[in-house]
Amino acid sequence: MSMDMSQFIEAFLEESFEGLDHMETELLALSEGDEETLHTIFRAAHSIKGGAGTFGFSAISEFTHGMETLLDRMRNGQQEATPEIVNLLLRAVDVLRGQLQAARDGGEADPAEAAEVRALIEATLGEDTPAPATGGGSDDAGSGNADGGDDGASGGWRIDFRPHADMLRTGNDPLRMFEVLEELGELTVSSQPDGLPETLEGYEPEASYLAWTLELRGDVERADIEEVFEWVEDECDLTIEPLETAGDSAGAQAPADPPPDGSGPESAPAGSEESAGGAPARTASKPTESSSMRVNAAKIDALIDMVGELVITQSMLTDISEQLEEDPSRVEQQIERLRSGLAELERNTRELQESVMGIRMVPIAQVFNRFPRLVHDLSGQLGKQIDLQMEGELTEIDKTVLEHLGDPLVHLVRNAIDHGIEMPDERSAAGKDPTGRVTLEAYHRGGNVVIEIRDDGRGMNSDRILEKARAAGLLRPDQTPEPHEILQYIFEPGLSTAEKLSDLSGRGVGMDVVKKNIRGLGGNIELHSEPGRGSRITIRLPLTLSIMDGQLLKIHDETFVIPLIAIVESLQTEPENVKQAFGKLPLYRLRDEYIPVVDLAALFGQAEPTPMPDRALLVVAEADNQRVALRVDDLLGQQQVVIKTLETNFRRVPGTAGATILGDGQVALILDVAGIARMAAGRDTRAA
Amino acid sequence: MAKVLVVDDSSSMRQMVSFALKQAGHEVTEGRDGNDGLSKAQGLKADLVITDVNMPGKDGLELTRELRKLPDYKFTPILVLTTEAGPEKKQEGKAAGATGWLVKPFDPEKLMSTVNKVLR
Repeated sequence: MSMDMSQFIEAFLEESFEGLDHMETELLALSEGDEETLHTIFRAAHSIKGGAGTFGFSAISEFTHGMETLLDRMRNGQQEATPEIVNLLLRAVDVLRGQLQAARDGGEADPAEAAEVRALIEATLGEDTPAPATGGGSDDAGSGNADGGDDGASGGWRIDFRPHADMLRTGNDPLRMFEVLEELGELTVSSQPDGLPETLEGYEPEASYLAWTLELRGDVERADIEEVFEWVEDECDLTIEPLETAGDSAGAQAPADPPPDGSGPESAPAGSEESAGGAPARTASKPTESSSMRVNAAKIDALIDMVGELVITQSMLTDISEQLEEDPSRVEQQIERLRSGLAELERNTRELQESVMGIRMVPIAQVFNRFPRLVHDLSGQLGKQIDLQMEGELTEIDKTVLEHLGDPLVHLVRNAIDHGIEMPDERSAAGKDPTGRVTLEAYHRGGNVVIEIRDDGRGMNSDRILEKARAAGLLRPDQTPEPHEILQYIFEPGLSTAEKLSDLSGRGVGMDVVKKNIRGLGGNIELHSEPGRGSRITIRLPLTLSIMDGQLLKIHDETFVIPLIAIVESLQTEPENVKQAFGKLPLYRLRDEYIPVVDLAALFGQAEPTPMPDRALLVVAEADNQRVALRVDDLLGQQQVVIKTLETNFRRVPGTAGATILGDGQVALILDVAGIARMAAGRDTRAA
Repeated sequence: MAKVLVVDDSSSMRQMVSFALKQAGHEVTEGRDGNDGLSKAQGLKADLVITDVNMPGKDGLELTRELRKLPDYKFTPILVLTTEAGPEKKQEGKAAGATGWLVKPFDPEKLMSTVNKVLR
């Protein structure tokens, strides 16, 4: 039988990542002599090892072996849980996570770090660690017993089998064993009733009294026979000897017990382990990041309930239509029923929609959970004392949003610790608690998820930010922004206020990338700071990426939707603020800024470009730090729209982020402001 | 066709074992852990129980001991899944009443050949 193991690998990886998160949390919470916690941690390592071996990740399985042994000693009290050991295990968790990620994404984990951590674990364990016997290949393969030349006796075997009285009580059935032997060769069975009690007195119906002498003819390996009796070797007397010599060498051969360590027959299937260890590994890279997810069973039950209600409503409506047909005279009454039925249907549909959306929602704890570890590591490295508070971990957020939220949040928390929180003596000198506090909080507000990252550190230096922003040419020397506006410059590209780039936060990404990522998720980010008292960063994200708040626009008799979050403002143009240059897009002066005005009809090739009228309606929108003004004919209502991608059914259309179906059945394109800004820039340069 | 109860707290392992058994035409009931396994066993009268040893709550050996106390499971084959190939671990399994063991890692072929040792 061959079976595609890759279908289970995704589930294995998912539960392993969960197991690792769990291990990490428990390791961080581990206090001396905490046996139950150690059991939990051990069990997680143990499961990963077993699964990794089975699903073909022998390197992971081997790596976990040392961890498991170490954890086993810890839970048995043979090894103390010192901070060094805990840190070593945390490093091992990271290595494993990297290996699992590599298995998932097809990349390669850092072998040097794995080797180093493994060596450290082995050094801790001392010399007496048994070599990991997992993953195939390391077991001695084939017929692992060295019983000399008779293990392939071609004539056949004589087997004396005398079960002990209790053998049946472990569910072993001699008849079934004989059937398996029969598959190996030609079997003759004779029973030896000499063990039967002579009277029924003391006879135990569940005990085994019989013995058998079996002759198995054919080209059979001894190991194959031993495997049949593998499980009962301690519950029977067994001799196996070649048929030809059965008479004369019985004394020399018997008892032909399995190898003394009792593990001989185990090694027999080593050949088949190769297929377990080899084949699935190649397909392991296929599963992608978010193609599967776990759903709370209660959510599914709620869905089923709602579908049940929907069915009831539907049958009620059917009934009304039948009644109308049968007795048209009572139309008035039936219409009343129809109305209430439709209202019911509307309620059902809305609830169903909410529940289906709810399936994609996962608690933000999945991201928050990595922070205790981060804070533990950072405070150790920096010599700072930090108390991490997390609130609202059960706040739910769309899975895709969550997956993209991790890196920005890590960056912000690192920043808060690295730049925000002062050293303990500096804090004491300032009359603050030497232990700094970093708070992560999530909550729902008005259709958004809000995440706050707060610290009680030294706050942002707005003078320096202003200076840097001027140096970077982000504002003119004579421009003096409001204090709260100054802080927002920290999200501009090329602006880093760190005096020296530290190893921690200076790593590659800046706040501009954080902002870009958050904007990419349809959210926004704001910063508040008070010198000496700390900073607060507020991130607002949509609950889901598949529904958004949109503003409906009318352009050339077509309805478009623009994400509400992208709109800066809408205005009536003043003729004196319009700048038209030949071959270029018109610019509109909004306060001190010139914003290109886009004629969407022309951009999408619907109509010839028309000159800008004196008074036009503009919607100023911003994305990726670029602003454009869209010329629209009318502003319609605002509503939530369900985003349908065009790519799946048609193709990507530049300047659009998808389409939606409006209440009247009309399809409206959703505008991609960043894309339009890029298109406009391209057109501008081409024409110029 | 036989009724098989598969108990493992790891869903990937459970899925793999169940899938292989179903492919071979068996009827599979799954248990998420020892306690769930025990409650699924009652009233099921399985022809074979396959259980992981290392599980939170009630582990596979406790499950085996408790199953053996039930009249329906007195002689039912119970296979334990273990990563420990050492003799004392096997002995522990036997002492709890397990029929036999299957050492992880194993592939579906090894699983089925082991299952065939105890199922007709």
